[in-house]
Amino acid sequence: MAKTARALPNEGQDFAATGVTITPCQPATRVSLRGKVANYARIAGFKLPGEINETTGDKGCHALMLGPDEWLVINTKKTDADLMPGPNVKAYTATDISHRNTGWTVSGPLAETALAVGCPRDLRLEAFPVGACARTIFGKAEVVLLRTSKTSFRVECWRSFAPYTFGLLKEGARDAAL
Amino acid sequence: MLLIHCPYCKSDLPELEFANAGEAHLVRPADMSDMSDADFADYFFVRDNPKGVNLERWRHAHGCGRFFNAVRDTVSDKFLKVYPAGEPRPSDAEVKALLEAQAEGRKDGGSGA
Ligand SMILES: [Zn+2]
Repeated sequence: MAKTARALPNEGQDFAATGVTITPCQPATRVSLRGKVANYARIAGFKLPGEINETTGDKGCHALMLGPDEWLVINTKKTDADLMPGPNVKAYTATDISHRNTGWTVSGPLAETALAVGCPRDLRLEAFPVGACARTIFGKAEVVLLRTSKTSFRVECWRSFAPYTFGLLKEGARDAAL
Repeated sequence: MLLIHCPYCKSDLPELEFANAGEAHLVRPADMSDMSDADFADYFFVRDNPKGVNLERWRHAHGCGRFFNAVRDTVSDKFLKVYPAGEPRPSDAEVKALLEAQAEGRKDGGSGA
């Protein structure tokens, strides 16, 4: 009998260098919300942020405000269906993009330096505090960054960019201590 | 690297996140089928491209994703002002004031680093 297994785009993509550790994120439910989003708190379990680059939520579930009418919800606890609003929602759209994105946790005292190899944003704690998020660029790939602690970031990209993004993350991790 | 102020993100961000999208405030003709080929070519292809102050569309492509407009001096490569798409074209007097402010080294709206 044929056996199938889910192949993840970030599978086996672990890397450690002095001061930086890269670990692949577990699969998560991701929903892209666009429009005048109201009452989504009931579905997510927490309020959506009201300013671009802010996040709400806690361990394992985050809502990131990426644009004036755009949010990305990442949740490792709830299933895809649990995070989608019912069919009678008219003011906004919710798109399940769980399988479009993949991600890594980049952590360690030199995580900031490792990301600076490819990301032109100011990622110092003063400018990009814990809980800050941004859609930005990492080398040639578009990424979403989320600072989960002083020394750790979640980096998400579209799955087809995973080999490139992980490659550049490794370069950054290797170079961070130099 | 040039830092560009995004009026939606409300902060100065690296130019690599942005894309230029050509001249701003072009008005799409109401009825193109009535236009002569010459008039259409004029609307479709011909741009002012002056040396100095340009009114341009920009998009915060790898960021909030929004289009906005900017007043940019192509001589100094400084952004004199950014404003959300849909706001009226700055008057000549305002552009003149922005240029004078630039000459005096004051910062208004966007910044060039
Ligand atoms: Zn923006």
